Parts: sequence; C-alpha cells; structure tokens
Amino acid sequence: MSLDNIYNPYLMRIEKVTEEAPGVKTFRLDFTDDSDRERFAFGAGQFGEYSVFGEGESTFCIASSPTRKDYIECTFREAGRVTSALARMEAGEVIGFRGPYGNIFPLEEWKGKNLLFIAGGIALPPMRCVIWNALDMRDWFKDITILYGARTVDDLVYKHELDEWGKRTDMKLVTTVDPGGETADWKGKIGFVPTVLEQMSPTSSNTVAIVCGPPVMIKFTFPVLEKFGFDSEMIYTTLENRMKCGVGKCGRCNVGSVYVCKDGPVFTYRQLQSLPPEY
Amino acid sequence: MKKQYERSLKGVKQEMTFITRDNLLVFLRSIIDSGKELYAPQLRAEKIFFLPVKDVSSVVFDYVQTVESPKELLFPKVERMLSYHYVDGKMNVTDCSRGQKTADRVLFGSRPCDAIGLKTLAEFFRQDIPDTFVQRRQDSLTVVSMSCAGSDENCFCTSVGAGPGDSTGSDVLLTPVRDKRYLVECLTEKGKFLVESEKELFDEGEEINKEEYLTKLLQTFSHKEIAGKLSGAFNNPIWDEASLRCLGCGACAYVCPVCSCFDIQDEGNSRKGDRLRCWDSCGFALFTLHTSGHNPRPTQSTRWRQRVMHKFSYMPERYNLLGCVGCGRCSRACPADMNLKEELNALDHILEEGRQRVEERQ
Ligand SMILES: Cc1cc2nc3c(=O)[nH]c(=O)nc-3n(C[C@H](O)[C@H](O)[C@H](O)COP(=O)(O)OP(=O)(O)OC[C@H]3O[C@@H](n4cnc5c(N)ncnc54)[C@H](O)[C@@H]3O)c2cc1C
Ligand code: SF4
Ligand code: SF4
Ligand code: FES
Repeated sequence: MSLDNIYNPYLMRIEKVTEEAPGVKTFRLDFTDDSDRERFAFGAGQFGEYSVFGEGESTFCIASSPTRKDYIECTFREAGRVTSALARMEAGEVIGFRGPYGNIFPLEEWKGKNLLFIAGGIALPPMRCVIWNALDMRDWFKDITILYGARTVDDLVYKHELDEWGKRTDMKLVTTVDPGGETADWKGKIGFVPTVLEQMSPTSSNTVAIVCGPPVMIKFTFPVLEKFGFDSEMIYTTLENRMKCGVGKCGRCNVGSVYVCKDGPVFTYRQLQSLPPEY
Repeated sequence: MKKQYERSLKGVKQEMTFITRDNLLVFLRSIIDSGKELYAPQLRAEKIFFLPVKDVSSVVFDYVQTVESPKELLFPKVERMLSYHYVDGKMNVTDCSRGQKTADRVLFGSRPCDAIGLKTLAEFFRQDIPDTFVQRRQDSLTVVSMSCAGSDENCFCTSVGAGPGDSTGSDVLLTPVRDKRYLVECLTEKGKFLVESEKELFDEGEEINKEEYLTKLLQTFSHKEIAGKLSGAFNNPIWDEASLRCLGCGACAYVCPVCSCFDIQDEGNSRKGDRLRCWDSCGFALFTLHTSGHNPRPTQSTRWRQRVMHKFSYMPERYNLLGCVGCGRCSRACPADMNLKEELNALDHILEEGRQRVEERQ
C-alpha cells in the first residue's frame, strides 16, 4: 500500500471462508505482500474498508484479535452490492483492504476489572475481536461474562467458538434466542437480550459493560445497565454510521462535530449522551 | 496593506504596483506561452464559468460571480484514485496519485471569497492524514484574484469575516481602479515569482486608498455569534420550517467552494476498471442511509440542519475553519429560492429572541 495515496488498498488473499449463519460469512485474509504483513498492526475495535474490484468498498470491523498475528478476519452479512459480491468469492481470490481505521477499546484501562459483553445478532464480530483479545490476556481481568442473543438459533454466528467459550471454566457464556426462534434441542435461554440481562442481575461494581447490537437492542439495554448501577462511563458501544473514506474526509459519518470513522467507532455511553442523536 | 497604511499615516508615501488592462492581457498570454494552464472567467451558454483559456480575448472582466466555484482545480467532480487490471492470474493496482504530473496552473479572476474557499478546502483535506491528491494540486496552483467592485443581493462575505478586498488565500490580488488600471498586490512567493517573470508589464505609481474602489457590502450578521447560538439550537423547530422548500437536489453543494463531501465508486468490471471519487451532498436522502433501511438523517429538515450546522458550528469547532465564505452561489443556484443569507439572518433573529425569552423566564 502506498503511503502517499491514502485511498490505496492492500491486496489480500482469501485464505478461508466459513459459513456462520444464513447469509453470514467469515473470511480469513492474508496479505499478498510480505512487507505489508510485517508493517500491519491494529487494535481491538478498529475497522477497515474491504473492496471487491468493480463493485466498490464496504465497511466492516476487524473481527479477529490483534493477538493473532499473520491474518485478519472479517464477518459480514450479505446485504447489498459489495457484500453480495463478496459472498460469491472463494478462497484464493484477492480483495482490497484499507485500514485499520478508528479508535480502540481501551483494554489497558480495563485491567483488573470484570468484563460484561452484551451482543445481539450480527454485532458479535466487533465484539469477537475484543473478546479474543481479552481471553488471550486472561490474567489482566477478573470475571468475563458474555451474553449473546440472536433472532433464531440459526442466526447465531461463530457457533464453534460459542461451544468453546461455553466449555471454558474461566468465563461465563449465556446465549439466548428471541421467543419462537428456539429449536427442540436448544439449551440456551429464550428471550430478548435486555430481558435476559435483567434476569442475570449483573453486578456493576468494578465492571465494564460492552454493548454491540442493532439500535433497538442497544436502546433497551442501556436502561437495564443503568438500573443495576452502571456508570455511563463504564458502558462502551460502537456506532455504525455509513462510511466511505474511513479517514474523516468524505463527510458522511459525522455526529455533530465528531467523526465516527476518526473519533469512533468506539464510544462510551457518556460520550453518546453529549452528542446529537444522529446515529 | 496594513503596513502600507500605517506608513502612510506617518506621512511616508509608498509606491504601489499597477498594471493596465492591455498589459494584463499580455501578462495572461505570457502565462499560457510559458506552458502553464490558465483558468479564467469565460462565457459558456451565456453564463460565466472558470474555463481553461485558449485565447485571452475571451476572458470576461465584467461579472459578480461565476456560476460554479473554482474548487475543481483542487478537487475535481470526478477523480480517478486508482486503476486495477487483472492479468495473468494477478490483480494489479495502479495508484493514480503517483507519477502523475500535475501541470502548473494559474487561476485568474477568482473573487476574494473564492481564494478563501480554496484555502479552506485545502486546509480541510490536510487535516490529520493529508490527502495528497488535493495537496499536489494546491502546490502547483497560483491564484490571481480580483477584488470586487460590485456585488449582488446574495453576497455576504462581510458577515463571515471576509470582504471584497480580502487578500487571504490569493497569491496575487488585483483591484480595479480608474482608467482600466489595476492595483497589484503580490502576497506570496508564488505570486512574486509569477509577476517578476514579466516585470516590465507592471509599473509603480502613487499610493491610493484601495477601499475607495471596493463595493460596499453591509454586514448583516456575525458568523461568530451564529456559531455560539447554533450550539444550542439542534432541537429548535426552525429547521423544519426553514427547509420546507428544499428539494434535496444538492445544487447548493455542487456550486459551493467549500463543500467537500464525496462518494467512492468503482467503474468497470471485475477484471479492469477504476476506483473514482465523485462529489456528493449531505442534502441527498441517500447520503446517510444504511443498507438496513435505518437513516440517522431521515428528513430534509435534518439534512438542512446538517448543512448549516456543519458550516457554521461543527467546522469552526473542530478545525477552526468556517465552512462558508459568503459567495452567495448556493442562493443563486437554488431552484427553490432558498437563500442562505436570508436564512442566516432569520436564524440569527429567532435564536436571539429564543435566548432572550429563556433569560426572561429565568
Ligand atoms: C464501523 C462499521 C463496522 C461495520 N462492521 C460490520 C461487520 O463487521 N459486518 C457486517 O456485516 N457489517 C458491518 N457494518 C455494516 C456494513 O458496512 C454494511 O452492511 C455494508 O457496507 C453494506 O454494503 P453493501 O455494498 O453490501 O450494501 P449497499 O446497500 O449496496 O451499499 C451501499 C453503500 O452504502 C454503504 N453502507 C450501507 N449501509 C451501511 C452501514 N450500515 N454502515 C456503513 N456503510 C454502509 C456501503 O459502504 C456502500 O458503499 C459495519 C459498518 C460500520 C460503519
Ligand atoms: S440547492 Fe436549494 S433545493 Fe437544492 S439542496 Fe440546496 S437548498 Fe435544497
Ligand atoms: S454555503 Fe453558499 S454562500 Fe457559503 S460558500 Fe458555499 S455556496 Fe457560497
Ligand atoms: S467515513 Fe468519510 S468522514 Fe467518516
């Protein structure tokens, strides 16, 4: 990638394609250029512009952990032009990638604290990055709890990893599906994420809550956390305003004088409260 | 200017540089002859635009404003950012900012507001991670502006901290004085270089008061006060009413010297094509629309608020840059007769009244 032209992508080869859920895939990507791979570094929470030549660019977070070097992963839902083109691609093909962009989850600041992850639907990918990052630094943190919900059992992504996390004794995983989305052999909970969260009566003392999900889920989750005494500064989330450039130039992603691509995508609930509601 | 004025107060007469209209045409011709690209106001379909000059006799001197701003000289409507070509089983990407020689260009006849607009645009694109496309073009552009002897009802540069003889952003500023003569101010090294290459065309003359030759444009609001008032006006109902006429056509952004929003699009097929950046506008409904159907700015009033807030509140707060130079182009171009100067005056009043009412209640 030329450092001169800030819109020039790295070329990355698709190493592995994983079907996560209907219409949701994970790509493992590796740099075609060795020096690019060596130079590249990122932090949990950052995103990139992934491109299919001839179709355009699309914004996804980096879903793999920065502690796993040599590759990056992204998980995307087939939605429009670029994501449909991506979904048609196979291992061995080459795509473009610009990044990493945006700010990071402050894991250093969270040392010694409990982590409570709350995710809904396709929003697990940005969370997966920080979850693996935290699990790879397990001794930095006290209790780690994940609450993850999807509409149906079929829609749960990262099923292998959910199994793995479920078996670990150094963390707690709670999965739930919306009422009606369960199968006969479903062993998790049934109910919407905010409701299940309330039943869990989470402790707010010395705990950071990280919330990612569709806008409605976030909207109903914040009050539950506040009810259990979480300070708005201890609640983190990511915004997904539409983006093009990723570097604060195209003018598309702003919320007030804040650019989600440059100042975000990671924000505390406290920060969101001081912004106009344009996200 | 200020220095000259101070010196003249002390009674020391300062020589000033002038050029005649005839010599100015010779000067413009010499710019073309030296291999530079010259852009100047010219007629196209009975309207005036900045166009490349082939014959200096077509340069227009009598105009208030060109229809479009000169921002294309830094930030073209459509720009190729990279080309890709799939050959022999390998994807090759060519960086279009590399090895591309940007011709030396001279812009002639930009208004002081245009020059400030170009400077603002370049400074915006330079923030944080510089955009080399814009920077290269700015490095090789010399701006020869013309002070305003006339203005129209849409102009409001004096309300946004500029003025009809403001030299900010220009390399050379000409001011028409009497007898088809122009006062010449060389403001930068680039400007000096250009003028000194044809020194014999310029002559020295007795000091004059430039202000006498400029149009008088009354200040109707203060952009600094507006910025202060806007910060509490996000939920004010004025946006709904003010935007009722707006069609969301984007013409205002298209002609604006400062508007810089863009889209990135691929043109071609999977084997060969280009990645382009194209002008875009926050006035379009699709601008912020997510694929899921969610739109953070779902109505024209939220988009109109963004346009005004961005220029007069967010940009000053964030970058200490003002997003408007008062050229009035958006008002002249608007098919629905939205007039930014009037809107800002009205806004100023309504917000002021609102503030007073709140104070009375307290
Ligand atoms: C910081 C961030 C992280 C994201 N992470 C993920 C992720 O990990 N997985 C995932 O599946 N999706 C993610 N998204 C949403 C994803 O970018 C869009 O779903 C995707 O761009 C749709 O592209 P498309 O070409 O298929 O759709 P189209 O509707 O054809 O796209 C039209 C254009 O709109 C843009 N666009 C549309 N919706 C969005 C949106 N919600 N956010 C940003 N740009 C949008 C696209 O970039 C594209 O240029 C993320 C968005 C942001 C801003
Ligand atoms: S030119 Fe007029 S109608 Fe068109 S977007 Fe601007 S304000 Fe609205
Ligand atoms: S907003 Fe209107 S008046 Fe202001 S610089 Fe842009 S076109 Fe000119
Ligand atoms: S994505 Fe372009 S400014 Fe944020």
